[in-house]
Amino acid sequence: MKRRLVDLWKVLRALATDDAYERYLAHHAEAHGKAKPIGRSEFYLRQQQSKWSGVSRCC
Amino acid sequence: MRKSLWILVALSGAFAVGGIALHRGETINAMWLVVAAVCVYAIGYRFYSAWVMARVLSADAGRATPALRLNNGRDFMPTHRWIVFGHHFAAIAGPGPLIGPTLAAQFGYLPGTLWILVGAVLGGCVQDMTILFMSTRRDGRSLGQMARDELGPVGGLAAIIGTLTIMIILIAVLGLVVVNAMKHSPWATATVFATIPIAVLIGLYLRNIRPGRVLEGSLIGIALLLFAVVGGGWVDHHPTLRALFDMDSKPLAWFVIGYGFIAAVLPVWLLLAPRDYLSTFLKLGTVLLLAIAVVLMRPEIKMPAITQFVDGTGPIFGGALFPFVFITIACGAISGFHALVSSGTTPKLIGSETDVRLIGYGSMMLESCVAIMAMIAATLLEPGVYFAINSGPGVVGATADAAVATISSWGFPVTAEQMHELAREMGESTLFARTGGAPSLAVGMASIFSSAFGQGLLALWYHFAIMFEAVFILTTLDAGTRVGRFMLQDALGHVWKPMAQTSWYPSVLIASGLVVAGWGYFLYIGVVDPNGGINILWPLFGIANQLLAGIALCVATGILVKSGKLRYAWVTAVPLAWLAIVTTTATWQKVVSSDVRVGFLAAAEQLANKLASGVLSPEQAAVAPKLIFNQRLDAALAMLLVAILWIVIADMLRVSWRVVKGLPVLPSSEAPAVALAEVRT
Repeated sequence: MKRRLVDLWKVLRALATDDAYERYLAHHAEAHGKAKPIGRSEFYLRQQQSKWSGVSRCC
Repeated sequence: MRKSLWILVALSGAFAVGGIALHRGETINAMWLVVAAVCVYAIGYRFYSAWVMARVLSADAGRATPALRLNNGRDFMPTHRWIVFGHHFAAIAGPGPLIGPTLAAQFGYLPGTLWILVGAVLGGCVQDMTILFMSTRRDGRSLGQMARDELGPVGGLAAIIGTLTIMIILIAVLGLVVVNAMKHSPWATATVFATIPIAVLIGLYLRNIRPGRVLEGSLIGIALLLFAVVGGGWVDHHPTLRALFDMDSKPLAWFVIGYGFIAAVLPVWLLLAPRDYLSTFLKLGTVLLLAIAVVLMRPEIKMPAITQFVDGTGPIFGGALFPFVFITIACGAISGFHALVSSGTTPKLIGSETDVRLIGYGSMMLESCVAIMAMIAATLLEPGVYFAINSGPGVVGATADAAVATISSWGFPVTAEQMHELAREMGESTLFARTGGAPSLAVGMASIFSSAFGQGLLALWYHFAIMFEAVFILTTLDAGTRVGRFMLQDALGHVWKPMAQTSWYPSVLIASGLVVAGWGYFLYIGVVDPNGGINILWPLFGIANQLLAGIALCVATGILVKSGKLRYAWVTAVPLAWLAIVTTTATWQKVVSSDVRVGFLAAAEQLANKLASGVLSPEQAAVAPKLIFNQRLDAALAMLLVAILWIVIADMLRVSWRVVKGLPVLPSSEAPAVALAEVRT
């Protein structure tokens, strides 16, 4: 039961892109090793910038 | 066992579709529509989409997607298919599938419903899935780029002009829907105005207080939005505040225009991004709630299966069943706009080629389902009430008595008292001539919601529904203006280099101003038009949207032929042929028809004659020249759109012909195949 709830919470966070920064950190650690990753606030701004420079909403 | 289950689904589907088609009683239960829809989607998904994926597109689970090959932890990133499904559905589902079916209900519930089901399963879902697949094979390239790479510069240019035109018309028509919903409604106006500071507040929260915590920010925002709905009711009962928010459509149009400009030049994190999070959660929640309520309440549909307006005399928009039902319902059946989203962010998140089926075909099925819900919400109203809300004063008469007399004479009885009582229940001063689809949808939704979740809260539910529609219409308006701005900056950059710098402020201001002026013009004309404007703008939007679908299907067909799949090319070529017939016929009628309610030029001519002979009142005479010019402009625009479509079709046929004859064509722009195993190691 508890596992189910944890899973549901994970799905909700993923749907809301709440986990985007953690996923970026994980990827960064794997791909770039020692280099310093950007901060959470900076990441959020860049993420929004790239999301809204193309067609991401429809009629 | 499996087999017998699918035979059962097929039989139930056939029975339900037959039931809604042949039923001729007073009312029919909405569950017939729901069962028909679910069975048709299930069969389409299980069999047709699987076949297209395997045979036509030859999806290969062993081939690495761009998300795996180009993974950068940000835009390219393999993501679970249900999460991508959620993102993709949220991106494609806008106000379109709610408005189109509401307007098309003037033909009765049957034509629109059948087109939504058939159009989605054989057209829209296939388009979305095919373009998503092809873009995934091309590292997430956009539709415009694919058109240029695979067909040539003509196709590429046409795709760009088509996109920009549809954007302008779409935003104008959506702006008009919001203005008509707020017109002389202090409650709705106050609530919609309040959504702006709420979005800004959440924007600040998500950037400065708790960066990137979207879930909690959105929860706070939704709570504030619900509070704004209740607060709007207080404003409505306060004499001074009420007067302040009781606005005519002209100032409201200027407000929407000003808002659009400011939203396009502000940084995205401040207004657009938080507003979008709120509207997405609200949209998903409301659609789910509506589906639950429909199943719980199983309402009776009171609209006849087919009305007399199939002959083209309909009060909501002029024009016969063919071709206009196919133009009026674009989103929900087939929407070219989806091809832009399917070739945008989504292909960069796909972890396996086989996921494309669920994400592309599945999301469109769900959107089509939303359109069915909208059809149910519109047709469960008493037909007389439905026509009273949605008909412009130019058609049924400007006074309540004139309107009810006209509508009742059509065989849809309605009284002024009934309308007055309904308006009182909904907390509005009047519901006559609230064109645009949003108010009648809100009345329909409010009656379903209040009977399912609490009687007596009609006014709250009504304004909740209006707020829900306005919030994501305004999101589409912001996002569309911004995309239009980028495209224009890119185009102007070819003329003068500095204009292409997307963050250079003079360029931002000029390009945004031009885009806003473009849709602002159509919005303003729509507001001063005594027939409500929707009857002109919505068909134009439908034609533009189907044009874009036509371009997308041309690209898809061209690619299929080039990759040696000529014998399967009908999968995209048949919907393309249908759209070409429909848009061309509709445009032909919109331009040359002598019926002034259909033909742009005939209407311009008639108004010009009236103006010359001096029969117009001074106010009518003042706006007449603008309306005449606008009708002629619309005629030219419609012809331009169809000309673009045929140019692209000719270009696609040229490429296909060369392939068949073995002549050289542009090489495939598909990224070289990389096996999954090579990426993993």
